[in-house]
Amino acid sequence: MLYRETGVYQTSYGKDQAVFRLPLDRYAIAGWLIVAFAIVPAFASSYVLTDLLTPFLIMSIAALGLNVLTGYCGQLSLGSGAFMALGGFMTYKLVTAFPTAGALLGVVAGIDVALPDPALGTFRPFDLWFLAILIMAGAITAAVGLVFGLPSLKIKGLYLAVTTLAAQFFLIWLFIKVPWFTNYSPAGIAPAPPRTLLGFQVTGAASPVVCRYLFVLSLTVLVALAVKNVSRCHTGRSWMAIRDMDIAAEMIGVHPTAAKLSAFAFSSFLIGIAGALWAFVKINSVQTDAYGILVSFQVLFMVIIGGLGSVLGSFLGAAFVTFSPILLNIGLNALNPYLLAFGLGRIEVAMIKHIEFMVFGALIIFFLIVEPNGLARLWQIAKQKLRTWPFPY
Amino acid sequence: MQKNKRGAAWLRAAIVGAALSSAALPAQAQSDDTQFFPLLVYRTGPYAANGAPFADGMLDYLKLINANGGVNGVMLSWNECETEYKTDVGVECYERLKSNGAVAAVSPLSTGITYALIEKTTADQNVLFSMGYGRTSAADGTVFPWVFNFPATYWSQATSIMEYVAEQEGGFDQLAGKKIGLIHLDHPYGREPIPTLQKLAEAYGFELLLYPVPTGSMTDQKSIWLDIRRVKPDWMLMWGWGAMNPTAIKEASLIRYPMDHFIGNWWSAAEPDLLGSGVPAEGYIGATFHDVGDAAPVFEQIREKVYDAGNGTAPESEIGQVLYNRGVVNAAYVVEAMNTAMQKYGNKVLTGEEIRWGFENLDITPERIEELGMTGLLPVTKVTCSNHEGLEPAVKLQRWDGQKWTIFTDWIPAMTDVVRPLVEADAEQYAKENGITPRDCTN
Amino acid sequence: MGIVETYLIGPFAEMAAYPAGVLETVIAGIGNGFLYGLVAIGFVIIFKSSGVFNYAQGAVVFFAALNFAGLLTLGLPWYLAGLLTLLLLVALAFAVERTVLRLLVGQSALTLFMATIGVSFFIEGLVEAAWGGNPHLLKIGLPESALFTIDHAWGEAAGLDIIVQESDLLAIAVGLVLVLALYAFFHRSRIGQALRAVADDHMASMSVGIPLNRMWVIVWSLSGLTAFVAATVWGTKIQIEPTMIGLALKALPVLILGGLTSIPGALVGGCIIGVSELLFETYWGQPLFGGATTEWFAYVLALVFLLFRPQGLFGEPIIERV
Repeated sequence: MLYRETGVYQTSYGKDQAVFRLPLDRYAIAGWLIVAFAIVPAFASSYVLTDLLTPFLIMSIAALGLNVLTGYCGQLSLGSGAFMALGGFMTYKLVTAFPTAGALLGVVAGIDVALPDPALGTFRPFDLWFLAILIMAGAITAAVGLVFGLPSLKIKGLYLAVTTLAAQFFLIWLFIKVPWFTNYSPAGIAPAPPRTLLGFQVTGAASPVVCRYLFVLSLTVLVALAVKNVSRCHTGRSWMAIRDMDIAAEMIGVHPTAAKLSAFAFSSFLIGIAGALWAFVKINSVQTDAYGILVSFQVLFMVIIGGLGSVLGSFLGAAFVTFSPILLNIGLNALNPYLLAFGLGRIEVAMIKHIEFMVFGALIIFFLIVEPNGLARLWQIAKQKLRTWPFPY
Repeated sequence: MQKNKRGAAWLRAAIVGAALSSAALPAQAQSDDTQFFPLLVYRTGPYAANGAPFADGMLDYLKLINANGGVNGVMLSWNECETEYKTDVGVECYERLKSNGAVAAVSPLSTGITYALIEKTTADQNVLFSMGYGRTSAADGTVFPWVFNFPATYWSQATSIMEYVAEQEGGFDQLAGKKIGLIHLDHPYGREPIPTLQKLAEAYGFELLLYPVPTGSMTDQKSIWLDIRRVKPDWMLMWGWGAMNPTAIKEASLIRYPMDHFIGNWWSAAEPDLLGSGVPAEGYIGATFHDVGDAAPVFEQIREKVYDAGNGTAPESEIGQVLYNRGVVNAAYVVEAMNTAMQKYGNKVLTGEEIRWGFENLDITPERIEELGMTGLLPVTKVTCSNHEGLEPAVKLQRWDGQKWTIFTDWIPAMTDVVRPLVEADAEQYAKENGITPRDCTN
Repeated sequence: MGIVETYLIGPFAEMAAYPAGVLETVIAGIGNGFLYGLVAIGFVIIFKSSGVFNYAQGAVVFFAALNFAGLLTLGLPWYLAGLLTLLLLVALAFAVERTVLRLLVGQSALTLFMATIGVSFFIEGLVEAAWGGNPHLLKIGLPESALFTIDHAWGEAAGLDIIVQESDLLAIAVGLVLVLALYAFFHRSRIGQALRAVADDHMASMSVGIPLNRMWVIVWSLSGLTAFVAATVWGTKIQIEPTMIGLALKALPVLILGGLTSIPGALVGGCIIGVSELLFETYWGQPLFGGATTEWFAYVLALVFLLFRPQGLFGEPIIERV
């Protein structure tokens, strides 16, 4: 009753094929976007923006990337961490190799729009160089991902996971061993230099929190739209055909090599961009330490707990994996004053960490048992409820 | 249908759970009349054996100051956050804690986290105090006004250790043709001394052999030590941390490497490293910048006012251990910087800028050390606007006799003439990449 | 020419110049390999009978080692501590079967794999909460020093001196005994045969009255037993701390080489990986590539191997039906 699909009539094929066919869906999405773009930055604290929402959005991009590969195309990967690292290092190399190109472009375009409040800075509509760099870094990651995707033509399932582990460990080792990646920094860490986009500083520690958040949010929305659309077109359908039954897919004319490799490339492209953002927006330096095997596992968790082959699921999964450890940690810390008040002693930081591990592990198992198809399935269930409410029978 | 009902119930539970957690989210505010210490510690994981005693020492000293009525009447407060020695977790911890009060100084005890926090603390105007670790070139105060790494950097330490080696070999001219191995954690921390050692190798003609130990398999060093057995380096230096140290010491003892030619830096020479190895390792040498043991009067105070009051952090036997003492030194430096700043700005809760001034004008004289009851513990230190490493970086060496450490050298001064140009060159490159104009320190 | 000389001829020349070095590297490699193999056997036992790719095996080894060491620090004699640890492992097996496996029957291999990662997190937090996050030592008097063929001090010239670590010999001996014992168990005992039946066909074995749930508890307990053995041998060599869990990841390439379903294959695969990665690191990695190649070598080797023989050396051929 509340969620109605009946009574909506499309009058053209274009309308019928729209991403959001129902007006209700469109309103809901528009509402969410207003909340995310306007209301959240206005009310959320700087901690919530930088350390909860920004990492969540970045990890959502990574999860969307892996979902393309694992969810839509059925190829398992445990190398996401390394591809994120590759994106980060490539972005660093590109921004330091062409430090002034962005400014030059801005001058050539010669348009500065002063904003009503000078504190907001100047709007430069042609200052797009950083975006171009991100795309280039993504493209390089895609090329490398393609190479590491080659074994998928012969190997399947969990076996493929072991070969992607080779990518994970080999690439991380390479970034440590080849000083060129960090511009010969003595410690092998590349600091993320401050860069602007559209005139606003979006990377580096001095960048305003809101700028960073909005930057990442806009990219996430673009990526989500892209994944949604690609999954609905010819390429996406060929991925799903391969996933569901590769031999049958070949019979009906899907080219398995093209399908698998394009999935690897597109997925690595997105994961590379996520890695670049992780370094430039979140931890403020490019270091291999932040892209270990654990990150690969985390991204895979997001995809599986969120829901394979679902854009919404990628977001839900990313939210679960990024928020739950931090919230658990904060929550257990917040318990301490009450425990002390009742004379029960306090939970030490080490114990909090152990409990956090246990609960996180238990939650993973819990969600896998309750909803093996992922959190996205919960939304479908809710939709069904809303459809039939208030007369479910 | 049954399935659907269950799903909806979970959905409801999840929403309620999320609502509850977000209610707990606003960090409990510390009162405004204390100086706040965001303590980035690690007490779990493969580095816990080293991280925990350091954190204990820091905490106990802060507790002692509060038991004594604070720093000139200003009380201290703190909150711990577990980083597991991981960079991204450390950054999150810093962001979480920084808004809890007027920050005194941030000491993450991790070179990786330090690198990630340099720009953040600078933007937030908080002092980043990486005592004897972190980015070496941050010793250049003109480019890194908010970062301090006295009493000595890794590069200074490496030159001091090499001076000892040269002395044992009969002078730097005798080093030509010698083989010197560096076994190091393959992590920003472990890689930090390499450029300086390479520079020295070039200058004095010895061969530098690098043995990186990956962080993921620190306890698997077999191939390294078999290689050392074949190549037979004359000296081995170690830049290790966590579970890597005891493993290296055990493997060295298995191949019978002469322990008196095996020198650990000051993060590779603490009690857990040796006791954890399970071998006697008599003669193993480690660098340090403060005494071991609990002879200094301050420890008596800690026992009396903190432990006897039932307020101690660690098992009491930890007092006097290398890393515990170093934690005390770290806290004492920050408190002294606050004290220095208060002489100019008055006895009140200080802002970041004021504390920074205190750090920059820190001048710890032997008399002051005596006054603090930290003779032998706190090194004589003088910091200036341009030099954040301290004016006379130096290192002492200590030897393990199977049970405990004994210091056996006097201060070995670092070769600042070699290190300083390297520091300035690296700082300049950083300034260029990040569009920073070095500030003027001449007046 | 230069490249060929550096990368293809040089290392072999070095091997030929000092054959004792090759020999001791190989022995050390076999020692490492048996340890990987001991962990991998635990994987195989579980995979064979339930099709679960059990990532938690590394954590189970950690669980066994830390409990054993922890109980010893309480002052228990080693046999009692060992027995208690074994009981804890059985309890763990029971708990995993009840709370995870039974509820995930029929799910995809991927879901089960992810669930075992969750189990791994849980176990890590649990044992550390019980015994503290500090590294522990496991001292029960097992041999752990080094043997020299020619006894000499450091720096003295010696001809064909070879170093052998006693812990390596221990790993080899224990590994061989364990494989023989498991072989006997699976082929001679009633339960073992029932387990093999389960491995062959779940449905058929259920229909002849084999209780599937109980079998799974037995399987997990058995793999717990191998984890206990691995933990004891491992714990005498190194400190017990969470890095162990990551090292156990190397059991995956070992399995690829040995085959997912073969217990002796796990040991052979372990040896191949252990020896080849040490030889590569010593003669190529350390001198030519800046070291630390053991981080990835095993996985790359497994990748190359997979391209040519996906079922492993001893595994059953993979047949896919449409």
